[in-house]
Amino acid sequence: MSTFLSQLLNGLQFGLLLFLIASGLTLIFGVLGIINLAHGSLFMIGAYTAFVVTKATGSLWLALPVAIVFGVALGLVLERVLFRHFYKREHLDQVLLTFALILIFEEMRSLLVGNDFHSVVIPKWLDFSIPITGQFSYAAYRFVVIGACLALAAVLIWWIERTKMGAIIRAAAEKPEMVDILGIDSSKVHLTVFAVGTALAMTAGALAAPLTSVYPNMGDSLLIISFVVVVIGGLGSVSGAFWSAILIGLIDTLGKAYGPAFAVAGGFGAVLAAASSMAVYLLMIAVLLFRPTGLFGGRT
Amino acid sequence: MTDASILSARNMTKTFGGLVAVRDVTLDLAPRELHAVIGPNGAGKSTFVNLLTGQFAPTSGQMFLEGRDITGTPAHKMPSLGIARSFQRTNILKTLTVLENVRLAAQAVQLKATSLLRTPQTQPHLVERAHRALKRVGLLWAASRVSGLLSHGAQRQLEIAMALAVEPKVLLLDEPLAGMGQEEGERMAELLRSLAKEHAVLLIEHDMDFVFKVADVMTVLVEGTVLATGKPSDVRANVAVQTAYLGGH
Amino acid sequence: MTTHRMLPQSAAAWTRLAALVVALTLLPFFTSAYYVGLVTTAMIGGMLALSMHLLVGATGLVSLGHGAFYGLAAYVVYLVTPVDTPMPMWLTLPLAMLVAGLVALVVGALSLRTTGFFFLMVTLAFGQMIYFVFHDTKLGGGTDGAYLAKPLLSAFGYTLDPKDFPRARRGWPPYYVALGQLVVTYLTLAFLLRSLFGRVLEGIKVNEHRMIAMGFNTNRYKLAAFVIAAMLASSAGHMLAMQTGFVNPDLVSWHKSAEALLMILLGGIGSLTGAVVGAFAYYALGEGAQVLGSYVVAWGFPRIGTILAERKLLVEGLVILAVVLVARNGLTGIKLRSPGLAKPSGNVHDIGNMGGVDP
Repeated sequence: MSTFLSQLLNGLQFGLLLFLIASGLTLIFGVLGIINLAHGSLFMIGAYTAFVVTKATGSLWLALPVAIVFGVALGLVLERVLFRHFYKREHLDQVLLTFALILIFEEMRSLLVGNDFHSVVIPKWLDFSIPITGQFSYAAYRFVVIGACLALAAVLIWWIERTKMGAIIRAAAEKPEMVDILGIDSSKVHLTVFAVGTALAMTAGALAAPLTSVYPNMGDSLLIISFVVVVIGGLGSVSGAFWSAILIGLIDTLGKAYGPAFAVAGGFGAVLAAASSMAVYLLMIAVLLFRPTGLFGGRT
Repeated sequence: MTDASILSARNMTKTFGGLVAVRDVTLDLAPRELHAVIGPNGAGKSTFVNLLTGQFAPTSGQMFLEGRDITGTPAHKMPSLGIARSFQRTNILKTLTVLENVRLAAQAVQLKATSLLRTPQTQPHLVERAHRALKRVGLLWAASRVSGLLSHGAQRQLEIAMALAVEPKVLLLDEPLAGMGQEEGERMAELLRSLAKEHAVLLIEHDMDFVFKVADVMTVLVEGTVLATGKPSDVRANVAVQTAYLGGH
Repeated sequence: MTTHRMLPQSAAAWTRLAALVVALTLLPFFTSAYYVGLVTTAMIGGMLALSMHLLVGATGLVSLGHGAFYGLAAYVVYLVTPVDTPMPMWLTLPLAMLVAGLVALVVGALSLRTTGFFFLMVTLAFGQMIYFVFHDTKLGGGTDGAYLAKPLLSAFGYTLDPKDFPRARRGWPPYYVALGQLVVTYLTLAFLLRSLFGRVLEGIKVNEHRMIAMGFNTNRYKLAAFVIAAMLASSAGHMLAMQTGFVNPDLVSWHKSAEALLMILLGGIGSLTGAVVGAFAYYALGEGAQVLGSYVVAWGFPRIGTILAERKLLVEGLVILAVVLVARNGLTGIKLRSPGLAKPSGNVHDIGNMGGVDP
């Protein structure tokens, strides 16, 4: 029972991190029409930022604000220099552009930090477990991550739902022509969306770094699952991405934890076991075929 | 349905979510007749055409071709049944030549699957058909031009040529006059009248004067329902039509 | 009636192509084993790029799962080859293509119910699933991959075993098999594209919606293109197994699909020759960077020099960036569209240019 609780919390925590990544991705696609395959790399950059900052200053707390600021800056630069030329380009061009960025980011990382697996140290005073039930305790840092993600999610959703800029962004995600028709300065909207999206992905990376450690290509596996979250949550919908991310986080974590157990049941069990590790992809395919607007809202 | 009709819509209704776009529309199209469907914007004309061409399946109601029930036939099967359409917003294959646009239209209904791997040169009958259709609309001179570079009026002509390549029984023309000037409009009117001598033509339009000039029969569509059907002179005299649409003409 | 514009447009162009094939045939006699191997790899890349061209250039289907068929073929060879017992090619190649074709039939039938971005995602998901199968299970040796006994070129009782060749010429049999396959692939596509089938694909790429209204069951044509492309990609993957005798999950990752996309972009999306040129350019880039890098080091710029020489992926990334930003028509520079005509970009944000879609 305690392992189940632990896996449940892991799934929740994973889902919340996924939300940070996917929300940026869904906005960038929904509002700007950009398929950003490099979003996983942004996560990686955030994680490595945390590593570098922690190693240099010994303080993990510094890593977070640094990642956020760096993220905003990087997002602004990327939008201004590169992405603004691609809003009307074909998907093929965007795929290739962002693929090129993945290569460049990975190589830069390799040049600057090397290819070794590095762990990121949790400060001593956080490095303990909080007892939940009699036999079960859960790492304090993981609670911090959950808490931080929830806080960021709350801020993000408040911003999207309650502020003027958020309303513009929601409208733009639904009907991109709207922004020009209303005479709003679209470049400001674009910059904001990109900066926010990038910062969120990098923050997720910085938060996750102590849990996953940093290693080459760490963004790759998250990229695709983030797209799954985006599709299931509905393109352009931040609130949709929230519930979708939690769902996917739980399915993926629990599926990977308990799926292999099916294998002992022989033939069909082995198929089930394999299927459970691919559960999220099967879900995305099903959604794309039967409910392409997503399970939680988003535009048609 | 009348025995004389070649295409019949019976109580066709189309709902999108909560919105009823077309409600209980019944219409008969006789061979060699030019039947115009008019109505203000948002009256459901385009939806109705999309129903007739199989782009949408009706929520309820039926469609008959020469007495046969063809309700629910998908769009790609319509041309081989003899129902061809042109589009309101020019929808040609822009980067291909005028001839290729029409040749492909002919290929869609004329080519046996077994010949699919042969070259176009082995199927001269397709090119001949294309030439005939282009000649009919007066566009043969532009055969080797890239269609997207043609003038708007010529592109509208191409739209019709593509429908003719099928040698259809029924021509469904969605606002063929869209964006045309006075002179081009006159030529189009002539073309339509001559086409109606050989095909059953259903015309969607909102230019009233034009419709009164060319149509044999008119149906007025308002808010998705039929307000009146009949000869243009009768429809013009219809009080309900006058108030709803003509606005005191 | 002009021939399909993605093919060589004149007798002169075909002659040039023939001359190139002759040159390739003679190449091994004039160069080292290293370059024979490199050109073999480039030719395999050319086959993959050609198959990608059928999907993207000819039909307009951008798929990130296409590479999976390439790697799948290599894994099929691995799975049917008993340890240390090479199988004849006339058995392994058709088998690999058949498996790929069947998988493509299923994947295609499902995926083609979507378009644009959704199609990209569905194909990506299927590709990932195939990746998972080989990466997370022991089926193909897991993450490390596995070695296999390379299929043999054999017919009518005669076998051409590379081991029978002197060490310096061991790469020759796979080189010529690859060359032969490349030529066959090219001619097959040329045949397909200039046929009436090819004309339909072109129409679908330009304006699928209109093609449907004209009476074409476009899904069937797209599925046919999808399956044929998968089978051609699988023949390339089989050739890779013949050349290297090694499989690993990278062969089925979506990066492979991206590489194939890059190759056709490099060479120019507008032509078949462009696909092959792009593949060669891709590998030449890697080599060129290395060679240039060593020169740059010798000239006294060790840091830049080493980066060029060792950081192939970085150079690759920068080149893609440059090509996508600047040289959109690639090396062969063939414009797919006449000036003044924008092809519908398929991007819903390109409001002025979504194509002729009737409301």
